[in-house]
Amino acid sequence: MKILIIEDEPDLLDVIRQSLEMENFLVETADTFHSALDKIISFHYDCILLDIMLPGGSGLDLLLELKNLDKSDNVIIISAKDSLDDKLAGLNLGADDYLTKPFHIAELTARVKSVLRRKSFQGKNRIVIGNLELDPEERTLSISGQPLILNRKEFDILTYMIVNKNRLVNKTSLAEHVWGDHMDQADDYEFIYSQIKNLRKKLKDNQADVEIQAVYGIGYKLVQP
Amino acid sequence: MNLLNHTLKYLAFALFGILSVWAVIFYINMLDEVYDSLDDGLDNYKMLIIEKAHADRSTLHKTEFAEGNYEIREISRESAKNMKDIHKDTLMYMPFEEDMEPVRLLTTAFKLDKKYYELKVISSMVEEDDLIEDLFFALIWLYIALLASILLVNNFLLKKVWKPFYKLVDQLKNFRLGKHQTFNAEDTNVKEFKVLNETVTSLVLHALETYNSQKQFIENASHELQTPIAISINRLELLAEKNELTEANLETIGQVIQTLERLTRLNRSLLLLSKIENGQFSDTETVSVNAVVSQLKEEFADFAEYKGVVISMEEKSGLNVVMQKDLAMMLISNLMKNAIVHNHTNGALDVEIGEDYFKISNSGAAAPLDPAKIFRRFHKESGDKNNTGLGLAIVKAIVDLYGFRIRYDFDGKHSMEVFVKNPE
Repeated sequence: MKILIIEDEPDLLDVIRQSLEMENFLVETADTFHSALDKIISFHYDCILLDIMLPGGSGLDLLLELKNLDKSDNVIIISAKDSLDDKLAGLNLGADDYLTKPFHIAELTARVKSVLRRKSFQGKNRIVIGNLELDPEERTLSISGQPLILNRKEFDILTYMIVNKNRLVNKTSLAEHVWGDHMDQADDYEFIYSQIKNLRKKLKDNQADVEIQAVYGIGYKLVQP
Repeated sequence: MNLLNHTLKYLAFALFGILSVWAVIFYINMLDEVYDSLDDGLDNYKMLIIEKAHADRSTLHKTEFAEGNYEIREISRESAKNMKDIHKDTLMYMPFEEDMEPVRLLTTAFKLDKKYYELKVISSMVEEDDLIEDLFFALIWLYIALLASILLVNNFLLKKVWKPFYKLVDQLKNFRLGKHQTFNAEDTNVKEFKVLNETVTSLVLHALETYNSQKQFIENASHELQTPIAISINRLELLAEKNELTEANLETIGQVIQTLERLTRLNRSLLLLSKIENGQFSDTETVSVNAVVSQLKEEFADFAEYKGVVISMEEKSGLNVVMQKDLAMMLISNLMKNAIVHNHTNGALDVEIGEDYFKISNSGAAAPLDPAKIFRRFHKESGDKNNTGLGLAIVKAIVDLYGFRIRYDFDGKHSMEVFVKNPE
């Protein structure tokens, strides 16, 4: 899987690149409008992360170019501007998703994988890991072929953790993804622990091949022992 | 005391002094003139009597004032030689007034037929008491008349003259930084007021500019801080993922991440607050408070359960507000979050929605909060480190933005009641 990151901020570019490489993606980068344009025209990418504000031009113009090339459907816009206009313009030009900076890396990974899934499996959109089979669209889970009922939050947590398999997921990121944006400044997110605990128990009782480990003080990690 | 009356006060004192001095001088001059004229009259009279005595010797026998106003007495040659004309004031019994009255008396001597005579001529005099009294009353009236006319002039003329000044003062009184974006002083032809207007206008505009750039600065600063903080957290997470760290190191990284996340929250709140105050949420839509509360109740369910707080919702009516949707969510979620955070185990959070208000009340600390302070930025009642101290400041900013009203009450429970203008 080849991913292009178009971002002019070197630090952010580096963090995203490192993180995506840990997922074993092939990562290319561009930090100006023109270098990005060159790469878009010359190569094919499975997913493109696109910053709107670029030296030399607007990311929306790049998106227009991609649309003309019929390649805009795998674009995720990452923009510092929390502007509704940009978001609408971007999505109208065929971008798949829009993420406002700053974001959690785990969230970005989840979005990237979602784009790749939609592209690669076209309809048959399932995640298989060990004896687990998870359908994010139908919201169903089965372990060793046996369906397992999870509540909404348990399902969201599991999906997020599976997408970020073997990666450390910050509990803030998890809380914001599952419980929504209004949970910030609520607490130390200790409350998410009870849902994690229930989920762990259900996974264990059904002999799932995965387990959710706590990483002290930071968050959780889903591993396949 | 306003300027007009202030002037009048000083004028009243000054006039009193001036008029008093003037009265004394006037009185002395007047009296001097009166005596002068009386004495001239007496001298003239003296001449006439002496001439009359030359013509008619019987005049010499008039030794009493009686019906006339002179008397003649024979005197020795020596005393006549020593005598000079003397004018003096004296008292004399007046049968008409039945009292002693002041008279002007001229004593002189003359020689007739080798005999010497003393002549006394009197003239009734102005009564000094009466004169002083008259003068005194005249002055009082003059004084009152002067003050009254100054008062009138002040009220009608000066008020007109000072009008631009009072206009400016009124404008300044109503001016609020952050609420008004311009300041225009009214035109005037008076040079001093022109200078005042120009000075005040430039001062106010400068303050406005500073205020606006300050607000903009806070917004820009928060915005610029966001990404570096996020990158720091991301890098720490990447570091924690490397399996070469001891548990103690991981713990330290976890603590740093938590601190940075606190910073993120603080920064995010500050940015939001600036955006609200800079009017960046202009688009509005009709938002159902009932729906928002239901949604938030669901979102907060786990958090409330963890805290041991039961959320209940009483819908007395449907309530719609016209506002920016995110701000509606922010307003209600901040209030609800507060009500959960500052609660105790087995506590309650009640939301009541009425026709033009919604009320969020919760159990918690036994003492009431200070309503004057709770909406201030960075005001913290508790030492909770996760509390940014901006939650209620944001609530207040949103409430102010839409012209709503918020009221804090304590009756064993803490309650926040928001009164909204109904869109209908």
